[in-house]
Amino acid sequence: MISIIKTIWTVILHMFGKRETVQYPDEKVKLRPRYRGRIILSRDPDGDERCVACYLCSAACPVDCISLQATEDEHGRRYPEFFRINFSRCIYCGLCEEACPTYAIQLTPDFEMSEPERPNLVYEKEDLLISGEGKYPGYHFYKVAGLKIKDKDKGEAENEDEPIDFKKLLP
Amino acid sequence: MVTIYIDDKSYEVEKGQNLLQAVLSLGLNLPYFCWHPALGSVGACRQCAVIQYRDEDDKEGNLIMACMQPVQDGMRISIEAAAARKFRASIIEWLMVNHPHDCPVCDEGGECHLQDMTVMTGHNYRKFRFKKRTHRNQYLGPFINHEMNRCIACYRCVRFYRDYAGGKDLQDMASHDYVYFGRSEEGILQSEFSGNLVEVCPTGVFTDKTLKKHYTRKWDLQSAPSVCHHCSLGCNTLVGERYNKAVRILNRYNRRVNGYFMCDRGRFGYEFTNSNKRIRKPIFEGKVEDFDRDSAAAKTSELLKDRSKVIGIGSPRASLEANFALKSMVGEHNFYSGLSARENKLARKILSILRNGPARPASLHDVETADAVFVLGEDLTNTAPMLDLAVKQAIRNKPIDDIQQIHIDRWNDAAIREYLQDEKGPFYLATPSWTKLDEFAAKTYRAAPDDIARLGYAVAHALDESSPAVEGLPDEIKTMAEEIAGALKNARQPVLISGMSMRSEAVIEAAANVARALCRDDRKADIVYTLPECNSMGTAFLGGYDLEKAFEDVENGTADTVIILESDLYRHADKTQVDKFLEKCANLIVVDYLKNRTSEGASAILPAAAFAEGDGTLINNEGRVQRFFQALNPDPILQESWRWIRDIMIKLDDKKAEKWKALDDISDAVLNSLEGINPKIEIAPSANFRINEQKIPRAPMRYSGRTAMYADKSVHEPKPPDDPDSPLSFSMEGFAGPRPSSLISFFWAPGWNSVQSVARYQQEVAGELKGGDPGVRLIEPGDHAKPEYFKTIPDAFKPRQDEFYFVPLYHIFGSEELSNEAEAVSELVPDAYLALNKRSAEKTGVSSRDKVKVSIKDGQISLPVKIMNSLPDNIAGIPVGLPGMNYFELPAFGKIAK
Ligand code: SF4
Ligand code: SF4
Ligand code: SF4
Ligand code: SF4
Ligand code: FES
Repeated sequence: MISIIKTIWTVILHMFGKRETVQYPDEKVKLRPRYRGRIILSRDPDGDERCVACYLCSAACPVDCISLQATEDEHGRRYPEFFRINFSRCIYCGLCEEACPTYAIQLTPDFEMSEPERPNLVYEKEDLLISGEGKYPGYHFYKVAGLKIKDKDKGEAENEDEPIDFKKLLP
Repeated sequence: MVTIYIDDKSYEVEKGQNLLQAVLSLGLNLPYFCWHPALGSVGACRQCAVIQYRDEDDKEGNLIMACMQPVQDGMRISIEAAAARKFRASIIEWLMVNHPHDCPVCDEGGECHLQDMTVMTGHNYRKFRFKKRTHRNQYLGPFINHEMNRCIACYRCVRFYRDYAGGKDLQDMASHDYVYFGRSEEGILQSEFSGNLVEVCPTGVFTDKTLKKHYTRKWDLQSAPSVCHHCSLGCNTLVGERYNKAVRILNRYNRRVNGYFMCDRGRFGYEFTNSNKRIRKPIFEGKVEDFDRDSAAAKTSELLKDRSKVIGIGSPRASLEANFALKSMVGEHNFYSGLSARENKLARKILSILRNGPARPASLHDVETADAVFVLGEDLTNTAPMLDLAVKQAIRNKPIDDIQQIHIDRWNDAAIREYLQDEKGPFYLATPSWTKLDEFAAKTYRAAPDDIARLGYAVAHALDESSPAVEGLPDEIKTMAEEIAGALKNARQPVLISGMSMRSEAVIEAAANVARALCRDDRKADIVYTLPECNSMGTAFLGGYDLEKAFEDVENGTADTVIILESDLYRHADKTQVDKFLEKCANLIVVDYLKNRTSEGASAILPAAAFAEGDGTLINNEGRVQRFFQALNPDPILQESWRWIRDIMIKLDDKKAEKWKALDDISDAVLNSLEGINPKIEIAPSANFRINEQKIPRAPMRYSGRTAMYADKSVHEPKPPDDPDSPLSFSMEGFAGPRPSSLISFFWAPGWNSVQSVARYQQEVAGELKGGDPGVRLIEPGDHAKPEYFKTIPDAFKPRQDEFYFVPLYHIFGSEELSNEAEAVSELVPDAYLALNKRSAEKTGVSSRDKVKVSIKDGQISLPVKIMNSLPDNIAGIPVGLPGMNYFELPAFGKIAK
């Protein structure tokens, strides 16, 4: 008996409390920057694609919804020829972002992705690529890596010495 | 067997090996870099350190390099001791000081031994604050990509390339921190085995350039065990697939066949499967049709109804199943093997020699362990490349055997090489012109095929008086024959190597005589014959008439309809003859995967599956029957040739074919049809083989992208295709544990993502695969056979006035049909030429690069002259199979005109 009265009392109290229900979609929810929603591909500080087509995100993805094909430009810079995410399978776990060594793939605070047709949830690189650096400004993988690309020769990456001349006899 | 104690546990291990080998054979983990099971130890990298204790009471111990320490009875060591672990972690840390931040863009990533070892030692954060030394890369040709920054200076590459494979143009240069592995000048790597650098180098310095074109990580490849289709040796391979395209070939370890290595033709030739010469749709009367299998078969069968006589031409590059299906369809009396009369005769002669014994058909591994080698007529580097590599190992055996008294173990590579310097065992080589193996030979003999055969006969006679003697032999040849006979006689395991490439029956018989003479007095000898194509031996087993007879049949109207299976007749017969034949055929039906001159005017062309897309069985030169499995599931209109033939047979109401539902059915039928073969042998587990009721996966566990790969076409993921032909599944699903050796589709073990994981699949390091090496030998002659000697000794070569004697020459890149269509290989295919020595050229009044008209019998061709001084006088060389080259029945006399 007492417990019933207690319950009714709690319910009555809640009637005067602050409402949690949000009048979505008239009223938008506030999402934190680290919210894991729609995935994007970002660009490096020079405005080039950040993704180097390393396949780590696709390997990390527990539902295998990322696929891509690596290719290279004429200077040896590797990038994805295509990059596809099947959002109808994605579980927004963020493991791809964790795996990405270049900060290219990022989850964003946007979950408004409902589509009447499933095929519309298949995003290609053109749909994923944004024009900025996203959450992690400043990082430029190719400036750190040893690979030679356009406008960055051997020895010009961060913390690198001039390439050696192996025909020189001096130690 | 000796007992050793590792971390206080006792283990029984084989004597005579080093500690690292023993530890790995026991399945324990110990990091290493410079040691390689085939290359031995040099103790350069210091990565394999363990602690050795004097006795039970010793708590301190000494740090030793496991790869340099022979196992000893009662030895006590620790892998886990803190000091050893710390030492190993610091070695990696040092190696990583200059290592670039490249893994995401490095083709080795995911199968990198350095990554594996780094994880194994636990080194993870870089403390070094100073600058990294960098290198410039070199262009090394169409096969290998160079990225020198990633080098850890383990010296494996040069040890393989120079010491093991005899290459010269890759070397270590400069000193200490600057040490560089490359060529003195950039340029195409000259070794035929350069592709092995991809697997030998534990880092991403040398990577596969053909894979780079469509780079895919190892974990994303759907792979299948396959057998190389580019020569008769049948090296075991792994084909990797992604997005329905074969993207690379890796070596598949089989101790008896190719061991750890393979040649570049085999590794990079696969690109023909992606060539734009592929036939991908049925073509009827020159029109590409969008038919399905059923209507294509129906339409083809229309062409075969009410025909006076249908004949079938098989192929030495098609599987046993395909040849057998065609033979069953047209009937034994209308089946042609696809070989010319000469080829047929030679292939069958070889088969009968091997069957009659008593010399054993040697595997590649047997050649590697031989201690005396005599080659008759074969330019091995170009006709059977892996035999070249095997011979290079064999010539070290005698000197190594001889120094047993100084007690250096065989694996102690640096010490042995230092001690032996350039010393070589007995190796004799008789060929018409210079070969790359010359410099390794004790003596070479340059002569026409008939004279080569005479030398062989003379050697046999020197070994055994009762074998026929050669009349009128010059003294120097007689002495040479005696020297060779002496060397072979004193050998523990002599091996004779000959083959079809000289197209000379006499040479083949001479080699058999030497082997037979050697086997008298209960000695043992091995013999190897090379054949031209991957299933030439299978063709010899299956039989079939000569091509010339097919030409006659059509010429005189007994046959009007011809089915050609995976064959370009222009590679087996004279151009004018083939032209006439094709012209005369009322109906030409071709089943093939590459377009060629033969199929140009066909009434029907059916698209066949190439080796990466279909299964089948081949017999290699040694008589080893081996199964290859498809790696990818092609467009449904592509199917194995035997299935096309079956479908047509069914349309024609041929009841036999209805039974051939899957590969096992037809492959059993083939075995049953072969004379003298036990039909019960198991080439590979049958399609209903299961482990724990599961299939065996083609793809590794971490295969990715399944729900996105084809999502652009449909979001409803298709069910992985069924495979009625094998116990392999087209996915990562299935039994993840140990699998039968013939079903290995990738090498991987926990902690071992690189090819080094092969050790986990072997019974012991560098030993047989667990469950036995795949493949079944069909020819085991037994020791007691005493076949007669061959007696038809040819006359010595006599030059003719105003004529030249033309002999065939071969090119590893260029003489083989399929690899010529591979993009990277085709870059290295030379232009056709005519080879003459300087004297002959002067006599004829021509000089290098002049165009001359060559006429041999009815055939003519115009070729630029190339001076090749190693050719004897009056002998001219014709390269076989190069693009633009015609077929000539060689060796033969002919004329050269300006
Ligand atoms: S992990 Fe990052 S860099 Fe690598 S493929 Fe994915 S998005 Fe590209
Ligand atoms: S060699 Fe190995 S460790 Fe070095 S960058 Fe390549 S994958 Fe990474
Ligand atoms: S290139 Fe590769 S194999 Fe050669 S020394 Fe460097 S790491 Fe070793
Ligand atoms: S030796 Fe012959 S079978 Fe072996 S890889 Fe080379 S071409 Fe293929
Ligand atoms: S593997 Fe033992 S020192 Fe290199």
